[in-house]
Amino acid sequence: MKLTGAQIIWETLIQQGSTTVFGYPGGAILPAYDALYDYNDRIKHVLVRHEENAALAADSYFRATGKVGVCMATSGPGATNLVTGLANAMLDSSAVVAITGQVASHLVGSDAFQETDIIGITLPITKHNFLVTDINELAQTLAEAFYIARSGRPGPVLVDICKDVQQKSVDYTPVTSVELRGYKAIKPQPQKSVADKLAQAGALIESARKPIILAGQGIKHANAHDDFKAFVEKSGIPVATTLLGIGVLSEDHPLNLRMMGMHGEAYVNQAIAGADLIIAMGMRFDDRVTGNLKTYAKNARVIHVDIDAAEINKNVPADVGIVASLKDVLPPLTSMIEKRSYASWLAQISEWRGDTQSHDILQVELPQDMLLAPQVIRTIYDVTGGEVTVCTDVGQHQMWQTQYFQHKRRNQLITSGGLGTMGFALPAAIGAKFGRPQDEVWAIAGDGGFQMSIPELATVAQEELDIKIAIVNNNYLGMVRQWQELMHDRRYSSVNMWSPDFVKLAAAYGIPGIRAKTLQEAREAVQMARAHKGPYLIEFSVEQETNVFPMIQPGKSLDEMTRRPIQPAALGGGMDTVAR
Amino acid sequence: MLIDKIEARANPTTHTLVALVENKPGVLNRVASLMRRRNFNIHSLAVGETEDPSVSRMTIVIDASKTNAALVERNLHKLVNVIEVQDVSNMPTVMRELALIKVSVDDAAKRGEIKQIADMFQSRVVDVAKDSMMIEVAGEETKVDSVLSILADYGILEVVRTGRIAMARGGK
Repeated sequence: MKLTGAQIIWETLIQQGSTTVFGYPGGAILPAYDALYDYNDRIKHVLVRHEENAALAADSYFRATGKVGVCMATSGPGATNLVTGLANAMLDSSAVVAITGQVASHLVGSDAFQETDIIGITLPITKHNFLVTDINELAQTLAEAFYIARSGRPGPVLVDICKDVQQKSVDYTPVTSVELRGYKAIKPQPQKSVADKLAQAGALIESARKPIILAGQGIKHANAHDDFKAFVEKSGIPVATTLLGIGVLSEDHPLNLRMMGMHGEAYVNQAIAGADLIIAMGMRFDDRVTGNLKTYAKNARVIHVDIDAAEINKNVPADVGIVASLKDVLPPLTSMIEKRSYASWLAQISEWRGDTQSHDILQVELPQDMLLAPQVIRTIYDVTGGEVTVCTDVGQHQMWQTQYFQHKRRNQLITSGGLGTMGFALPAAIGAKFGRPQDEVWAIAGDGGFQMSIPELATVAQEELDIKIAIVNNNYLGMVRQWQELMHDRRYSSVNMWSPDFVKLAAAYGIPGIRAKTLQEAREAVQMARAHKGPYLIEFSVEQETNVFPMIQPGKSLDEMTRRPIQPAALGGGMDTVAR
Repeated sequence: MLIDKIEARANPTTHTLVALVENKPGVLNRVASLMRRRNFNIHSLAVGETEDPSVSRMTIVIDASKTNAALVERNLHKLVNVIEVQDVSNMPTVMRELALIKVSVDDAAKRGEIKQIADMFQSRVVDVAKDSMMIEVAGEETKVDSVLSILADYGILEVVRTGRIAMARGGK
């Protein structure tokens, strides 16, 4: 069967199981969009308002479904606009295939109209990328792109396709196998060495008295959450999660201590600092997790399991490093160990935890006319029953989301971790809603981040997407302001932020909305949003200078956290900087 | 400055990685980009064809005092176009470098001396001009360094070195 290159693109997507593509047309990708006209019954193309949001939506689609997210853009500015989204997918290991149009192959290198070297530009922010100048290589290359994106440690792959390749025709047979000479999804290990290392890990677990598991999203990517739960319950070892690992074990599980790191609860970091064994699974010891590496968990032996060999010994030296999928490690490790419980260790953690709760901002009596951002998060949690899918932006509200919302499943919180991409929430909600249409999807953003993705309100309106949008407005770039308060002597530099009337703005897009200034109004607003079928926007006007605590300030150790004040600064509470 | 560099090299803090890579456009760029992005310090990188025209071979010399060679190896493995990587530092290995050295000859009588030095190192004179000579030296880097330091007295006009190439001894 003779097909054009443009048709081969869509045929391959269908063969790979893609049903949704986020994109934006333009000159060099025109043939592909022309062919799409005949594939509209099989492929849903979502016209975003900026290519960056196509990449972010595709990333979120992957996180929500586990299926490769696909985005598409034209050459030049279309392709360069994808860059932030691809970097986001790279740092958070999201399987994304980006397809870009390129100028015709005879023009490559001539500075033709809308030509840019997107291969060179995206080299360090993709798992791999391809330039296709020959139609005979197109089908194979696209199949390879999907395979690379989803296998091993997932990541973004960009395929840059010259315009003439899209226009030419060739005999097409679907690609059924991919053989990449240099690519191994997992670095091959000798069978014996894996068995030896498992035995060593088992022995370390056996002799530990104060062990802790650090769980990352590698567990989710391996689809090993059930194996993980079995391991946790048999081992009796408490679990701390990374930001992206939230939900790999339900946060109401008695052994789940919840999130570690810079804004983790103090008792979680105290437990890590006090542990004699760290079992790190599918996580990479990011600096936001470890604080000062020199003092990090210095009394602990370390077992590190990751699918990416380059993560072992990168930041924290491992006593036992296992390069494997957790799907292959957890079951044998679980059968190797004894069922145990660590009563005195758990009692110690529990004592630390009690101390944390006495500092909780929600325990404080607040004036009726005041609304704190943490209350907004807790209100959404309470009113919705905590089952909704939440896509956050980046900053203070994101950290409060981790603190005041109990996530029960692995794909419930979709958030930008490694790159910390402002503007993520709204395109992520679009991606998640297309991926999981049955879910109630909330986008929660600050006033700063939301203003980076306002154009996507048009996409929401056009697609009539039932997304609830919560803007936590403190009239500041809150997290930057917090750092300026704590580390730059309150010299607030370019963080004071004017915003439009978000409710009126939504109305201009035909999206109803409401503003909430008190806890009572907040509750009612969330109820109204849920009662409305279709998109709805709530602007929460919150106290301006609430800080996220606890906090490990940069360069500090896990046990040198700045704790929550007994009451918020707005009520005259000072900071409690005593490390306990 | 030249002598400083030679002394630095005499310090045995290097690791030698041999990478077989697909002979495709842009692969050198990917390897170089990885080194820059991860802030890996490299002394030299030599690339050339192999017995298989679809495969190129890279010899990468790492400054092991600043860079963890195992991490470089694992990161190279992750590149899709890299077929195989081996750290040959602790294996019986033949390591060679080729250098061309242009020496100033301001006095015709010195030609004989320079020729003698070249002979002592089993090196060759490959060009003689009115006021200069070119010597070709092949061998381990320390040998190239020795020739350089001796010829330095005559005035070195130009040097080009290929960087280390390496091959493990014995059958594959």
